[in-house]
Amino acid sequence: MDNTNEHESKGSKETDRRKFLKFGFLAAGLTVVGGGIEKVLSTEKTENPDTTVFTRDGKVFKADLNCLHEYVVPPVTNEEARKGIAGKKFVMVFDLAKCDGCKKCTESCQAMHFTEPDREWIKVFKMKDAETTAAYFMPKPCFHCDNPPCTKVCPVGATFKRQDGIVLIDDDRCIGCRSCMAACPYSTRFFNWSEPMQPEAVAHVKYSPEHGFPRQRGTTEKCDFCPHMIRDGKMPACVSGCPMNAIYFGDQNEDAVTNSAGATLKFSQLLEDNSAYRFMEELGTEPRVYYLPPKNRKYPKPDLDANGKEIKSDEKKQDASKGMIM
Amino acid sequence: MEKTKYPDSNIPAELSEEVIRQDSMRPTQKWGLSTKIWLAFLFSVAGWGLFAYIHQLRGGLGVTAMRNYVSWGLYISTFVFFIGISHSGTLVSAILRITKQDWRMPITRIAELMTFVSLCFGGIMPIIDLGHPERIGNLVIFGRVQSPLMWDVMSIITYFVGSTVFLWLPMIPDMALMRDRLTDTTKRFDKFRKWLYTKLAIGWTGSKTQWKKLELVMTIMTIVIIPVAVSVHTVVSYIFAMTLRPGWNSTIFGPYFVAGALYSGSAIVILAMVIFRKLYHLEKYITYRHFDLMGRVVLALTLIYAYLNLNEYWIPGYKMATAEGHLLHDLFSGSYSFEFWLCQFGTVLLPIIIMCFPKGRTPGSLAFVCTLIAIGAWVKRYLIVVPTLLHPFLPIQDVPSSWSQYFPNWVEWSVVMAALSGMLIIVTLYAKFFPMMSMWEVVHGAKVEESKRVAAEMVKHEEVETHNPEIAKATV
Repeated sequence: MDNTNEHESKGSKETDRRKFLKFGFLAAGLTVVGGGIEKVLSTEKTENPDTTVFTRDGKVFKADLNCLHEYVVPPVTNEEARKGIAGKKFVMVFDLAKCDGCKKCTESCQAMHFTEPDREWIKVFKMKDAETTAAYFMPKPCFHCDNPPCTKVCPVGATFKRQDGIVLIDDDRCIGCRSCMAACPYSTRFFNWSEPMQPEAVAHVKYSPEHGFPRQRGTTEKCDFCPHMIRDGKMPACVSGCPMNAIYFGDQNEDAVTNSAGATLKFSQLLEDNSAYRFMEELGTEPRVYYLPPKNRKYPKPDLDANGKEIKSDEKKQDASKGMIM
Repeated sequence: MEKTKYPDSNIPAELSEEVIRQDSMRPTQKWGLSTKIWLAFLFSVAGWGLFAYIHQLRGGLGVTAMRNYVSWGLYISTFVFFIGISHSGTLVSAILRITKQDWRMPITRIAELMTFVSLCFGGIMPIIDLGHPERIGNLVIFGRVQSPLMWDVMSIITYFVGSTVFLWLPMIPDMALMRDRLTDTTKRFDKFRKWLYTKLAIGWTGSKTQWKKLELVMTIMTIVIIPVAVSVHTVVSYIFAMTLRPGWNSTIFGPYFVAGALYSGSAIVILAMVIFRKLYHLEKYITYRHFDLMGRVVLALTLIYAYLNLNEYWIPGYKMATAEGHLLHDLFSGSYSFEFWLCQFGTVLLPIIIMCFPKGRTPGSLAFVCTLIAIGAWVKRYLIVVPTLLHPFLPIQDVPSSWSQYFPNWVEWSVVMAALSGMLIIVTLYAKFFPMMSMWEVVHGAKVEESKRVAAEMVKHEEVETHNPEIAKATV
């Protein structure tokens, strides 16, 4: 018995050693070959540069660009979009003394939201309250009222007010009855009567009421105070787009508003010092947008006649020839 | 007391029950060529409208002329008009019933039918106006009771159910009669008719308990349907009045709309009376007296409507406050002045003047007057909806020209005409299947008239005998 075991164990040891050697040589060979193949294949990639990556906690490292993919921030869920950002109460202030009617706010908004050219979510009106009072430019976004007439009349709750003061529209729920458009006294809302254009950049994004694309035919749209920008810590498009620094945006809870120049002012002080008002206060909708009256205006006022009608272009030329700045 | 005596002022005593029944049922027994041509015409109009609506479903509401200022146009104006004329049945059937006006008997069915059809199509107009009609379920899943549109939905559904019941209940004894009389069912069509009458008669045998139950249920329905009808047009007015817009932000919109509904609804009943009287030779039943009395009713309602109309325009017109001022300027002397004054003079004042005279309450005059009222009511609804939307608080500046003007285009007209012909299709089909006069009520009414006449004769004889000229005169 011992003999056979010894013999077997000797034999099996031999087999094991052979097996091990075979395996070892095979593995080594494969490694060499594999490494060689890999080197051959990877020689094509060696042109791509590395990139330096900074992390939020201050670390630095180099990474192969091929391994980096753009992170698409998933849009906020419907529930979160309806709740809003906790602890905030957004407000906007327009300094009408600084507004020159250039409409850069409208252009920035349209660029950001890919809206069609005739949709002015923020619209610059040429206002003249009476025959004897001065004309002025008034940019008007949605007022995101605290007593909104639009959310009251919506039969399905497709438009809603959030805890941060923003009023949004849920295109997935909207039935297109346009009660909200009838109820809004400020001509703020637009309806997608026909199939809206779907720019390639945002056509495949997952829908959220916070960014409003892809658009849907048969639903309503309006200024949304750019909630996706706010979540990123940035200003709404119109605010940052204003070259006159006339638009301030901020948080009423923090009592601070900032304009495109980065000037941060105390909100209540700003209102107090400039005798700010809200448009048509008597309607009782409690807008969250304030206006600073156009006193000591920096730029020329709009071309309106005594009755507030726009002066036709040939008449404008005539006045210019007289050397008057209208 | 009447000065003029109309030739056939009361249903003659010699008019037996059988004659009444035969006269009522005759139109249902034959479908003439003219009926078929009329139906073919109506179906083709409805078909064209359906094509227009499918075009709208495929292309979106942008195929209409509505844009961002005039976001409600012909569809909503027509919706308000149809719901308005749905008050016809309530008036004639319920109010006249509760005030025991027995002369209403020959015209109750016509009135109740007009209510039913106008609610059918009035109810679908807002659905046609939706951007996402397939999401109508959201009204149930996510419905908000704070919304005036939800009040509309709930109110109109309630009224529709109520008026369907109100139309059907008095039909039951007639259905039983027609079921029993229809013995020859060799033709498949007659088999269908027999089935229809049997189902609608729900086993009516005419027993005393059944009559008692019918009377009881009808009394309950009569009482219940009046506040429902008032609520319907009131909440329809609220989709405008609950907004802040000039011209809509008015406290009297509820009563104003209800008065307008009653006045236009009763005018439609008169038009239907004229047509069916002529078509089915019902001159013995729908007499000059009926037109005189309904004419007085419409006159009274038009006066009430005119009074509310005056309040609605004179009060803000006196003040001409900024935004209201611009709107009223447009209505009184601007781009809508022609339609506005035509409405006021042609369809409110002129009918009042005409109907004040007895000659103005004959079938011919009333046909003319009520056509004016019907058209005027429709135009008036349009003048309530569209001009206000063209006068927002903020000026209309730098917008595409299609936004600052509005006139309904072919899609909107086609769909609305289809809705109208849909109504007429239902009316025509109804009249070919069911009697346009409530037979048992007319028979009952004839008996009541007869007994009243006999009683009056007896009293007059007595008083003449006891030499009391006052009472004798009064009973003449």
